[in-house]
Amino acid sequence: MTLLRVRDLSKQFVIRGQGGLLARKASFTAVDQVSFDVALGETLAIVGESGSGKSTTARIAARLLDPTSGSVEFEGEDISRATGKDLARFRNDVQVVFQDPFSSLNPRYTVERIVTAPLTYQGIAPKGGRRAFTRELMERVGLNPDHSQRYPAQFSGGQAQRIGIARALAVNPKLVICDEAVSALDVSIQAQVIKLLMRLQRESGFSYIFIAHDLAVVRQLSHRVAVMSKGRIVELGSRDQVFGEPRDEYTKTLLAAVPRINPEWDRRRRLSKGRS
Amino acid sequence: MTRYVIGRLGGVVVILLAVCLFTYLIFFKLSPDPAVMICGKTCTPDRIDSIRDVLGLNQPLLTQFWEFLRGIVAGRDYGTVHCSAPCLGYSFQTNESVWNMLTTRLPVSITVAVGAAVLWLLAGVAGGLISAIKQGTWWDRSAMALALTGVSVPNYVLALVLQYVLVVKLQVLPFPAAPAFADNPVLWFESYLMPWTVLAVGYACLYARLTRANVIDTLAENFLRTARAKGLSRPLILRRHALRPALTPITTIFGMDFAGLLGGALITETVFGLNGIGKLAADSIAKNDQPVIMAVTLLAAFFVVVGNVVVDLVYTALDPRVRVTSS
Amino acid sequence: MTDELFVVEDLTVTLPTSRGPVDVVKDVSFTVGRDDTLGIVGESGSGKSMTALAVLGLLPPGARTSGSVRLDGRELLGQSEGELRSVRGNAISMVFQDPLSSLNPYYTVGLQIEEGYRAHRGGSKRAARQVAIEAMERVRIPDAARRVDDYPHQFSGGQRQRIMIAMALCCSPSLLIADEPTTALDVTVQAQILELLAELQTQTGTGLIFITHDLAVISSIARRVLVMCAGDPVEYGTAEQVFSDPRHEYTRTLLDAVPRIDDEVML
Repeated sequence: MTLLRVRDLSKQFVIRGQGGLLARKASFTAVDQVSFDVALGETLAIVGESGSGKSTTARIAARLLDPTSGSVEFEGEDISRATGKDLARFRNDVQVVFQDPFSSLNPRYTVERIVTAPLTYQGIAPKGGRRAFTRELMERVGLNPDHSQRYPAQFSGGQAQRIGIARALAVNPKLVICDEAVSALDVSIQAQVIKLLMRLQRESGFSYIFIAHDLAVVRQLSHRVAVMSKGRIVELGSRDQVFGEPRDEYTKTLLAAVPRINPEWDRRRRLSKGRS
Repeated sequence: MTRYVIGRLGGVVVILLAVCLFTYLIFFKLSPDPAVMICGKTCTPDRIDSIRDVLGLNQPLLTQFWEFLRGIVAGRDYGTVHCSAPCLGYSFQTNESVWNMLTTRLPVSITVAVGAAVLWLLAGVAGGLISAIKQGTWWDRSAMALALTGVSVPNYVLALVLQYVLVVKLQVLPFPAAPAFADNPVLWFESYLMPWTVLAVGYACLYARLTRANVIDTLAENFLRTARAKGLSRPLILRRHALRPALTPITTIFGMDFAGLLGGALITETVFGLNGIGKLAADSIAKNDQPVIMAVTLLAAFFVVVGNVVVDLVYTALDPRVRVTSS
Repeated sequence: MTDELFVVEDLTVTLPTSRGPVDVVKDVSFTVGRDDTLGIVGESGSGKSMTALAVLGLLPPGARTSGSVRLDGRELLGQSEGELRSVRGNAISMVFQDPLSSLNPYYTVGLQIEEGYRAHRGGSKRAARQVAIEAMERVRIPDAARRVDDYPHQFSGGQRQRIMIAMALCCSPSLLIADEPTTALDVTVQAQILELLAELQTQTGTGLIFITHDLAVISSIARRVLVMCAGDPVEYGTAEQVFSDPRHEYTRTLLDAVPRIDDEVML
């Protein structure tokens, strides 16, 4: 079942130069005629280099930005121009996890307040009370529930990102948009958070749009992959097709450029690991 | 670049026109009837009518405003009196041409502003720079404590204290009289020294704090680490890599502060009895002399708006990142 | 085995903190030969960057160091600022992570290359300018003679890093320390910069210390590897040994955590 349907999405930014009355205006097309679907329970990764338009696309899909043209349908309804109740319901169903956990968590709020904020805004009282609700969520994302009264600064980067994930899950979303959500993390922490994201999807069955520049990370957790370059989707296909038999020249270049651990050394290490 | 300057100047004209319109409405329409003001105590309805007629107050508002604008550019006639361009009308109190009043007072205000600016730039930037380099030392902490005190002392308190100590008690300075420079350069300098100092203290303290903060921020920049890693000498690193990025933003603030002062230092001029634009503003407000209030307001607006454009042009010249995006 | 150009022995760096002094680098030892590449790898807070800064005496104020750092037999640790200045950018150069913030936005790239050259070699402005143009040509900035007068923001991210490398190499250093030089760059640009570094090394025989958190990058560029964790040197050996037969538990954990592009190891 198609959860999100994006059609011919474009976004232009107007850059106003200096010069008072005679200032020149220029426009820059960040996203150009982008179309894709996200099915319920699947992970669509959008990969690309800086300036490819992947983050802008994600932001429009989350209605954090308005598109210049095109449509975003969520469960069959066009939400790209929705307001009021429709928009509120959409905001409830779609949650975003950002790259920098510390700047996206209010440093003056406790974990409990951060995690229950989405409910508070909608006037929902969690069943069993805030404390119990927060503890349960913290356990789900692998945090110590006894720390629910702590502030973001008292957590490490990986833990803070788990708080961000917990906040996203608080409202039982149908779609979680991860905007470079694991990019700032150290590799060992990154691996844990990737596993967490995959486990949560298996448990709850929601969809991900996973924005990333790291192709190796995308290889681990995506079902389908869209490769973006200069605002356009140059290739869209299943993960194994895109990584195994890329059709587009740019995709091939991108894949070839990714540094790899010497495969021969890696094979020998795994062999000896298997033996011991 | 030419396009940029023309565009900006066009913007200036629009803003000044808007300021003109607003001040015109406020001073001529919302305050007491100018005709009654001029007429004085021995007034008859006939006289008021004739004054109205001469000033053009019987015409529709837009026509009046248009006449006012035209007067500035081309001059106008009040009854039999011709007021040549640029015409800002005549004082209700003294019947003197407002334009003449401005031009005789402006040099005093410019002298006050320029002298003070030189003082506060030297003291503020140097003080802030030394504080930044000696960050955390005894010098830094006392300088910054002093700067905080300086910012907090009101101008008029400082002015009165200085006058009392230097003029009345110690008698090392004459009472400020604003003589012409050519007549007696020494007396000129002595006269202006106190006003300059009084005005400069507050700004100098503010600039010292700003400079210190900017230099400290710049010293933490990655490009400073690069400069050190290149093996450059410390004086070269400070002079070339730290100073320019740290001081460029200060030119912006300085331009605005200085432009503001050209429109008259109200308190300082009044306290020291200097016949500048500031004192003219204070006097005309006290006497509700509308054409003069209108003129000093416009003059101040003119300096601020033009100052703003000059600052942007200077900034464009100083910061290559802005320079290239505008072309 | 290569001859020992650069030797670090028992290097310890202590930084003052609000909770007292902390050793951010503990007893680190390694050597780098001519035409040799040592990769230092570790996660954030492992002390890998501090090691690099300590070598050139660029640590934050209040930092203390002990041990020995020798270039061609000459001791660098504890030398006067003047002595170190003659080494920085001359015998040992550095390239940093973020090329945009590492270049001064107020000056042309030409001036920023020239000033380093003139600080060590003197000479006229014109001669230094020629050096700058040649250095930019060597790192393959197209149209270098014209672009020498451009400002950093007029270049792309990859070109800026090339300029940083040109700047670092203009005095023909015997050792180049690159601290996360490709981390801020796109993957295709990263590949080009890595290729450039390897090529320049073959031409000049410069010793290279490449610091990164990315094990895959280390694998493709380094001959020997030092793995650091929380200031400790946990493993030191040839790249082949560290990657194919890691001795230390931390190295194994790290290697297991790296996502593989040709393989899904996590599912």
